[in-house]
Amino acid sequence: MSDIKIKITDRDGVLHEVDAPTDMNMNLMEVVRSYELAPEGTIGICGGMAMCASCQCYIKSDHSLPEKSDDEEAMLAEAFFVEDNSRLGCQIHMTDALDGLEVELAPEEA
Amino acid sequence: MIKTDILIIGAGPTGLFAVFEAGLLQLKCHLIDALPQPGGQCSEIYPKKPIYDIPGFPEVLAGELVDNLMEQIKPFQPGFTLGERAEKIEKLEDGSFIVTTNKGTQHHAPIIAIAGGLGSFEPRKPLLADLSKYEDNGVAYMIKEPEIYRDKKVLIAGGGDSALDWSIFLADIASEVTLVHRRNEFRGALDSVEKVQQLKNQGRINLITPSEVVGLHGDEKLEKVSIKRTDTSEEIDLEVDNFIPLFGLSPKLGPIADWGLEIEKNAIKVDNTLDYQTNIPGIYAIGDVNTYPGKLKLILCGFHEATLMCQSAYQRIFPDKKYVMKYTTVGGVTGFDGSKKEAPKAVIKSID
Repeated sequence: MSDIKIKITDRDGVLHEVDAPTDMNMNLMEVVRSYELAPEGTIGICGGMAMCASCQCYIKSDHSLPEKSDDEEAMLAEAFFVEDNSRLGCQIHMTDALDGLEVELAPEEA
Repeated sequence: MIKTDILIIGAGPTGLFAVFEAGLLQLKCHLIDALPQPGGQCSEIYPKKPIYDIPGFPEVLAGELVDNLMEQIKPFQPGFTLGERAEKIEKLEDGSFIVTTNKGTQHHAPIIAIAGGLGSFEPRKPLLADLSKYEDNGVAYMIKEPEIYRDKKVLIAGGGDSALDWSIFLADIASEVTLVHRRNEFRGALDSVEKVQQLKNQGRINLITPSEVVGLHGDEKLEKVSIKRTDTSEEIDLEVDNFIPLFGLSPKLGPIADWGLEIEKNAIKVDNTLDYQTNIPGIYAIGDVNTYPGKLKLILCGFHEATLMCQSAYQRIFPDKKYVMKYTTVGGVTGFDGSKKEAPKAVIKSID
């Protein structure tokens, strides 16, 4: 059992410091859902297939993240509120290298 | 007025399987779905993706699962109201309901089963000032009658199949077709990408990438849009009659949220100790749309919920009838279309 610490700023601007397991095959979107930091039905709508942008977040720390897949690139190209540091939470898997990661959830699409 | 025994709202896998379970009890079903085809998310979002946790199927594509369900329920002749969204519900004195869609189609049934998943799929709208002012005055999110674009200057935005396919289609109808996308790469069928390339080379599609629409202009109706190149930040104005943003669909619980049902976490609360009935007797909620302690949004759970819901619905419609559940292996499947499937009889013959 190994946990890493992650700082997540929710859509209301509230900062949460949470423990994320690295041994449960979890991604960032699922971590957010497990702590209920965004209402059910507003995040992870497609289930984690990079086919919606409901888990978009901004990466605030300078961790080196895995490259975006074509699917993630394509989805972000059609998402709203996209910034240079935008990623889809569902494509970021929890690994030891991400200890101390700081992210902010992007606004919910209207 | 469409009359049925169980009116199912949502034609995803859970709603489709409910038709089968209802059929075994000789109950007829009719389904309403906002999408133009059955299958819900499985058809709309991920038809080509594999699912590994359908019992008995080590691997099945979401689209194949829908095809199989359609085949399985065929003998029970379900009715469909597709491309319409369930909008209003009215409870009659006898306890039955009338559900009216956004297009005015009325459905009458003693039982309502909401199998609406995450809600009905609505077009994703770009974040632009004055967008609503131009809706139906030059801005549309769906192409219903291509003819209205004849000899018009049309701008399409988006990078997926629908943006590509409609650009190709309208190139023959509109006087001018412009396709705008935030990237140079498009995500679509290879054929469509190549066809757009060809039309661009012939000067029949004006391709502006990487760029996005950042402003809408016009007094009464849309006359001009501002387009910003995302690489150079350079802005240009383009005269257009129509702007069609095609950014896909996203699910919204929609009007069902106002039906007086108890809602929690964007889902409908149901009684999971018994029959998945909501706080309104006669209205059930099954599949991803419901919530209860320990709820899992899995297709296989939706199938189970649909099955128990049908048993309860039967009791509600026929309170005095005695009934025990029968295995299909024993009872076979008798369709409303006269078809009958049953286990072959064992042969009794002596061996010399």
